[in-house]
Amino acid sequence: MTSLPAPAKKKLGLVIDLDICVGCHACAVACKAWNDGGDFGPLADDDPYGAEPHGVWFNRVHSYEVQPPAPGPRLDLLHLEDTAAPAPQMVHFPRSCLHCETPDCVTVCPTGASYKRAEDGIVLVDQDKCIGCQLCAWACPYGAREIALPHPKTTTSDTDRKDAKRGTMQKCTLCVDRIYNETLDARDRQPACVLACPTHARMFGDLGDPDSDVSKVVAERGGFALMPEFGYQPVNRYLPPRPRRDGSTATAPPPAPATETLDANQLPPLLRWLDKALSR
Amino acid sequence: MRPALSVIFFTVLSGAGYGLWCWLGVALAAGVYPLAGVGVLAPLVFGFVLVTAGLLASTSHLGRPERAWRALSQWRSSWLSREGVASLAAYLPMLAVAWLAWRGSTGGGLRVAGALLAACALATLLCTANIYRSLKTIAAWRARQVLPLYFVFAWLSGGLWLWAWLALAPHAAIGEAFPLTLLALAVIAAITKFDYWRGIDAQPANSAGHATGLETLGQVRAFEGPVTEPSYLTHEMAFALARKHGARLRRIALGLFAVLPVLAIVVAVTTGQAAWMAPIAAIAALAGLFIERWLFFAQAQHALAAFFPAPQG
Repeated sequence: MTSLPAPAKKKLGLVIDLDICVGCHACAVACKAWNDGGDFGPLADDDPYGAEPHGVWFNRVHSYEVQPPAPGPRLDLLHLEDTAAPAPQMVHFPRSCLHCETPDCVTVCPTGASYKRAEDGIVLVDQDKCIGCQLCAWACPYGAREIALPHPKTTTSDTDRKDAKRGTMQKCTLCVDRIYNETLDARDRQPACVLACPTHARMFGDLGDPDSDVSKVVAERGGFALMPEFGYQPVNRYLPPRPRRDGSTATAPPPAPATETLDANQLPPLLRWLDKALSR
Repeated sequence: MRPALSVIFFTVLSGAGYGLWCWLGVALAAGVYPLAGVGVLAPLVFGFVLVTAGLLASTSHLGRPERAWRALSQWRSSWLSREGVASLAAYLPMLAVAWLAWRGSTGGGLRVAGALLAACALATLLCTANIYRSLKTIAAWRARQVLPLYFVFAWLSGGLWLWAWLALAPHAAIGEAFPLTLLALAVIAAITKFDYWRGIDAQPANSAGHATGLETLGQVRAFEGPVTEPSYLTHEMAFALARKHGARLRRIALGLFAVLPVLAIVVAVTTGQAAWMAPIAAIAALAGLFIERWLFFAQAQHALAAFFPAPQG
């Protein structure tokens, strides 16, 4: 059923501390490693050791440069100081499914393959029902869903050939096959990304319980949800970088926005011809 | 958004087919359709070919087309599922019209079947438009012109094909009202599409600062993407090809789906050369709509794209 379940009390999710994430990608690699062999794997890889590797990742780490804002206009013109521009700050930003409370990725699904669990709020895809229409990926502003390519360009092994049949949508499962797994030691019943993080920048818990450790740290640090205007009510929270100690406030020009360009040589012949014809 | 040919073929071809069925169904229901028998069957079957070719094309967009039947189950929440149900439902009145027309019937049964055919075609068009209209992540598709344009384009392209059939069929006395209605539709389509383009050009793009929630700290620039190679996400939702030729392609599309049909209708009405003009107008409109639909995807910015560094040449 792709209608959403009644809101659950339990809201399992992640809290990601942008202050201490060092951008090492260990969470992404651990995620890939666990889920490739877990109940929801394998995660399709096309040309994994070739020139253009292409595959499914549930978790991807971006890096952003944050330039602190210019100070307000100085009123005292006689005491204009030549202050140095503050160094921009690097923020590493892991991006994965936020297990939203009211996500459209579930309701747009025509088959019932995309669903939200009533008991803990985890959003999952039933790989046996998904037809690979990709509408759920279009409906998600967070890029949580990636399709396993139905027709990889290269198939080098039996595993790859098995993947080649896949053609279904894949996404973060919040390691549902770990967190309830009684064959694992109790302290290992956490998502693989959380266990792998060397700086403990990732925390897992019940964000529906105000007394949980994750809820407390969110309240304490001013954890925020991504793009709340979509109304999907993400469960995951991000903790903002702490203010810098040097308190630098001087101005620096914002970097010029990168302009889009089109490399015609990269295009297939028909499109290259079209590009040439239209460029006249 | 990456313009997937399968979806472009589907929306353009099936749109024209459902538009044709709308006109045919309404004309039959109102009892004003000038022909009977094969005169009904021919455009009905042509509509069937357009609709079915489009639906088959759409299944090639699926990762697992053999499971397409599962898409009929979630009509309570999903516009795509509703579209699947409506598109299959439309075949029932089509078969009824075909059966009655084959038997040479012109009575009340054909009127009812025609009305149902038009209703099912309209319902399918409504679902198609809402698949796009309902995606909050793509601001361009939330525009108020998206829903009416799907109808107007279907009625225009399908109507031109019906006009072409009536102009070519022997003994089909058609007045000037139908081509002049199509002329009005072409003008409405051009104005509405122009308004849509102006609107989406003025839409502010999502920014990295907003997407990450870091905008409160300063100016945010995507320094590095997660991987060096393109991924499904950048390939599908951070498509950058269309912007370079956008303005020129818009003019070509407008010329083909609006200007040419308008000229053809004017010439046909003034000189009586409808048999030549109508097929030209129908083909031009369909070609123009392929470009229009390609731009509809290629020029729609997905909110997700803001997370990634701007594509470099």
